[in-house]
Amino acid sequence: MTSPQIEIQLIAAVVAMACAIPGVFLVLRKMALISDAISHSILPGIVLGFFITHDLNSPLLILLAACTGVITVVLVEAIQKTGLVKEDTAIGLVFPALFSIGVILIAKNANDVHLDVDAVLLGELAFAPFDRLLMGGVDVGPKSLWIMGSIFIVIIALLLLFYKELKVSTFDIGLSSALGISPMLMHYGLMSVSSVTVVGAFDAVGAILVVAMMIAPAATAYLLTADLKKMLLLSIFFGVFSAIAGYWMANLLDASISGSITTMLGMVFLMVYLFAPRKGLIAVLYRQKQQRTEVSLITFLLHLNNHTEENERHINHLQEHINWQKVRSKTVVTLALKNNMIEIDNKVVSLTEKGKEFTDLALEYIITNKDEKIEPMKDDFFLFRG
Amino acid sequence: MTITDYFNLLWTDYTLRTITLGTAVLGAICGMLGSFAVLRKQSLLGDAISHAALPGIAVAFLITGAKDSNTLLLGALVSGLLGTFWIRGIITKTHLKTDTALGLILSLFFGFGMLLLTFIQKQPNANQAGLDKYLFGQAATLVESDVILMVVVTGISLLILLLFWKEFKILLFDADYTKTLGFNTKFIDTLITFFIVLAIVLGLQTVGVVLMSAMLLAPAAAARQWTNRLSTMIFIAAIFGAFSGVFGTAISASQNNLSTGPVIVLVASVFVLVSFVFSPGRGLLFKQIRFLQNRRDLKLQKTLQFMYDIVSTHDNISHPHAIRILNNFQGFTKKTLQQLEEKKWITLSGQQWSMTQKGFNKAENLYNQSDTND
Repeated sequence: MTSPQIEIQLIAAVVAMACAIPGVFLVLRKMALISDAISHSILPGIVLGFFITHDLNSPLLILLAACTGVITVVLVEAIQKTGLVKEDTAIGLVFPALFSIGVILIAKNANDVHLDVDAVLLGELAFAPFDRLLMGGVDVGPKSLWIMGSIFIVIIALLLLFYKELKVSTFDIGLSSALGISPMLMHYGLMSVSSVTVVGAFDAVGAILVVAMMIAPAATAYLLTADLKKMLLLSIFFGVFSAIAGYWMANLLDASISGSITTMLGMVFLMVYLFAPRKGLIAVLYRQKQQRTEVSLITFLLHLNNHTEENERHINHLQEHINWQKVRSKTVVTLALKNNMIEIDNKVVSLTEKGKEFTDLALEYIITNKDEKIEPMKDDFFLFRG
Repeated sequence: MTITDYFNLLWTDYTLRTITLGTAVLGAICGMLGSFAVLRKQSLLGDAISHAALPGIAVAFLITGAKDSNTLLLGALVSGLLGTFWIRGIITKTHLKTDTALGLILSLFFGFGMLLLTFIQKQPNANQAGLDKYLFGQAATLVESDVILMVVVTGISLLILLLFWKEFKILLFDADYTKTLGFNTKFIDTLITFFIVLAIVLGLQTVGVVLMSAMLLAPAAAARQWTNRLSTMIFIAAIFGAFSGVFGTAISASQNNLSTGPVIVLVASVFVLVSFVFSPGRGLLFKQIRFLQNRRDLKLQKTLQFMYDIVSTHDNISHPHAIRILNNFQGFTKKTLQQLEEKKWITLSGQQWSMTQKGFNKAENLYNQSDTND
């Protein structure tokens, strides 16, 4: 590995970590799309900043662009407050307008500005190591590493300082106001931090891919855990992993680094989306199927319970009565047998002691509208699940 | 070229005519279908789909090697639909919320598309130039066949809209009721989503991935302010969209270095702004005026009530009183007194006022619901 390679990976990893932390809170607060809006609407801020400083990495430019980000949030909220349109429409109206202004500003000054929209939107990590920070004439490393590094340190410091406040205002606005923690302050604080992060990162990974860096690790982590601390750590891990794996994939394919980091994030998300225990797609589908069978089982048992006459409990008769397909009836009957709920004697089905007890309890819960108690009850009775 | 030049050239210049027609038709179809997106609270779906279409374009190019815009748009359509259904899958099957799902698909698909685009660029002997016009859109690349395609799609979607009008409308406003009536809601839903995706994909070439969402939203959001009827809203939205297209093209053609997409979006945003402020029913201006008017009326009635309290202690209600005695009550000025006189509730003479029978009745019934407005 050459030193620019190490530096690129280092920058990518730092960007991933810095994005993951605000990302977690945005996802939890259902404001993920605000990051998309900010990442587009900082364009006019960047262009204006560039007119003044002529340096994409200058702190003033970052500050100006971050202000545009906060202005976006304020504008969205102002439009929303008029009640004329819903929140999502407000977001969708504000950022394209600001973005258009940015594009036009660039186009009108194309001759004297070395800045093009592609660079802002897409970024190019491969060039990041060539922009060095000179301190007193000594080369101390790539500029963007320093910028993102300082942003990351600030984010970590703020997170540690305000962890409790952030947590309570994210999950319970009412409680947080009652405790004297202003949700407004937390909201705008988070928005400012997000804006600064987006602006700091756009140079390295591009404005749109910042959105991926913010949302994807957090969403992936959210599928795996319901614990805020674990979610933060997991999303940092996913971010850094994708950043480094994405870099090597880009190396292999000779393609855009930011594109392949995002693709990597996408693949990680897809894997977790499919295979996450409990919350993944396969687990959810399996559970739904299981529940469907178990609901059928309860229906079946209740039906048996209603019929004391032997001719009503004939196995073929039951199939007609509940109107199930043959396969389905078979599954249900087998499950009931396995769990010792019923016994079949000469093609006549009858409830066992255990089956009777289960049915009575289920019936009582259904009548008294305590459906939620049926689920834990299943654990007590079932030897095999559906 | 000035704007008047542009309108003169419009009838003679082939390119200009094609582009103008194209953007106008695009604006109309976006406004029409965007109305549904806005009312279904799917405003940002457009943003997500337009980004999600990018890898489709790249894959279509990789497979066919053709730069024919119809093939590429087909790829975009497939990948846009894929994105839409994945978004729906995430929302229904996991506990992730709509915004997260949209943001995820938007950024992940776009990133993958970027990967493919840069991969294509590195390929030898590929005539890849021009693929990135889908990023920001170039109305200038529109040719007659593109416009014909747009017109055909608009025609079809209009036909479908009229055919399924009742179903679309009822699904829009009461999905549960639709289901109980026995309509196949899944089918209707997929149909309308399909056409929204189609409109977005059509617009990619003209305004580009990034600005497409505004094209879809802005005319509809503007039209929403002028009416409460769905049919009227769709009609107005189509007109706003078409005008944004024409004006945007006109402005960008009359200036150097102005790309069409952003200008169209800004023109549409101006429509939105004007609608927000000046629409008579919901607009901010008239709302504020109504608010002030109500407040003034309330103040007037408060003054009247105060006078009534004074008057009711006398036998003769028209007994004149000095204006001075109203002093410890702040709610009156010379103007409000004049207004009260105009309404014939009091009469003024010099420094004295006296209440009329009409004013007395009004004040007496001020808090009665049965009192009719005069």
